[in-house]
Amino acid sequence: MQFRKTSAALAAVLTLSITATACGSGNDKGGDGDKITIGIKFDQPGLGLKTADGKYTGFDVDVATYVAKELGYSADKIEWKQAPSGERENLIRNGDVKFIVASYTINDKRKAVVDFAGPYFLAHQDLLVRADDNSIKKAEDLNSKKLCSVTGSTSAQNVKTKLAPKADLQEFGGYSECLTGLENGAVDALTTDDSILAGYAAQKEHQGKFKLVGLELSDEPYGIGLKKGDKELRDKINAALEKMKSDGSWDKFVKANFGPANYQSEPAPQITEK
Amino acid sequence: MFDFLDSPQYDLLGAFWVTVQLTLYSALGSLIWGTLLAGMRVSPVPLMRAFGTAYVNVVRNTPLTIVIVGCSLVLHQTLRIELGGGTSKEIGFKMAILGLVAYTGTFVCEALRSGINTVPVGQAEAARALGLSFFQVLTLIILPQAFRSVVAPLANVMIALTKNTTVAAAIGVAEAALLMKEMVENESDSLFAVFGVFALGFVLLTLPTGLFLGWVAKRVAVKR
Repeated sequence: MQFRKTSAALAAVLTLSITATACGSGNDKGGDGDKITIGIKFDQPGLGLKTADGKYTGFDVDVATYVAKELGYSADKIEWKQAPSGERENLIRNGDVKFIVASYTINDKRKAVVDFAGPYFLAHQDLLVRADDNSIKKAEDLNSKKLCSVTGSTSAQNVKTKLAPKADLQEFGGYSECLTGLENGAVDALTTDDSILAGYAAQKEHQGKFKLVGLELSDEPYGIGLKKGDKELRDKINAALEKMKSDGSWDKFVKANFGPANYQSEPAPQITEK
Repeated sequence: MFDFLDSPQYDLLGAFWVTVQLTLYSALGSLIWGTLLAGMRVSPVPLMRAFGTAYVNVVRNTPLTIVIVGCSLVLHQTLRIELGGGTSKEIGFKMAILGLVAYTGTFVCEALRSGINTVPVGQAEAARALGLSFFQVLTLIILPQAFRSVVAPLANVMIALTKNTTVAAAIGVAEAALLMKEMVENESDSLFAVFGVFALGFVLLTLPTGLFLGWVAKRVAVKR
């Protein structure tokens, strides 16, 4: 009898936990009336960063602002919402944001639940090392090194499974924690998309301390995520991205955000998600 | 829906095994450390009492994430203390246990102190009258009775500890929460299934613990 009670309780707990997470959908807050809500990263300098005085800076922010303007929303009509990597699909699905511009790599798994416009930028996985360190020339060199990345990220998994399975990998919740160890020599390299690394290297407090190795370890085409099946919005965003490239804004945004790190980014990619 | 469970790239049982190891080592460490702290807090030495009180109040009110990330960033990444060395993962594992013991010890201490208060004062007075020292009174008379009356609250602390081990993912210990982060990153088409599997995993860990310790609590409680 006791056993029966337990299994019933177990079933109840599981259903409760599933339903508790599945609520909060339906109301389309993405762009009601004259405001538009856009998802960005708050903690990636150079891409999407909320500064101490409450402003938002970065390449993704500039792109999002430009696209919003093309959709008919001026900068003061934008509400920024933090979109951590693990929550991006749900934010879109629940209609909490109209679209997401947050170093969001286009891939098939994600395409099953959201649609993408773009890509608007092509990044590669790369390494950030101390400015005076020339011992790492290729991915295999990492096998004898201490490496740092963000818990569960694609870059971390690439290292574990493909690039350097023998590397001593330290994972942290955020890139900033990795920089502490990199500066003190507790780790030898930090790995993630070069665009993000460039943003950190370009920060005032880090200038001159770190450099990018310049390895192209993977392709990361960044797209703008939006609700699945919203073809009208996707076409509008794609048109805005095309215009952004042709009127020179794309180059301007790249220069402004990645310039200080001497980061040679790829030319603007062709739009493939139509 | 659940096809990701068959993928060879995820070692679900291995990840939960690390969670279990973290829990067991930390439980052992925090029971010892918590008992020492409780001893300090009821001791006749003012300095010890002051240290115990200050430590418990500071650490108990510090978020666990700060304690654990602090252990890793300050001790390992900055001061280069490696607790016997090894790979980053091994050092992270030890740092996580250190943080969990430092944090959970305070809760064990407070649970024990409430148990000490259930022991009638007459017991201690009688023991002192027999000529036992403070240390003997504590270890022979008070603590055995106190422990028997706080099995249930200690069970709650242990269940909280089991769930708290997920914070170790923040410093890269390869336990269940870290694997869940990887799955969330890769399996964005079945997020709820991923979440459900891990939620169930933790229920399977904590529910038997609770039932078993509840039964133990009934058996050993001092009938006064």
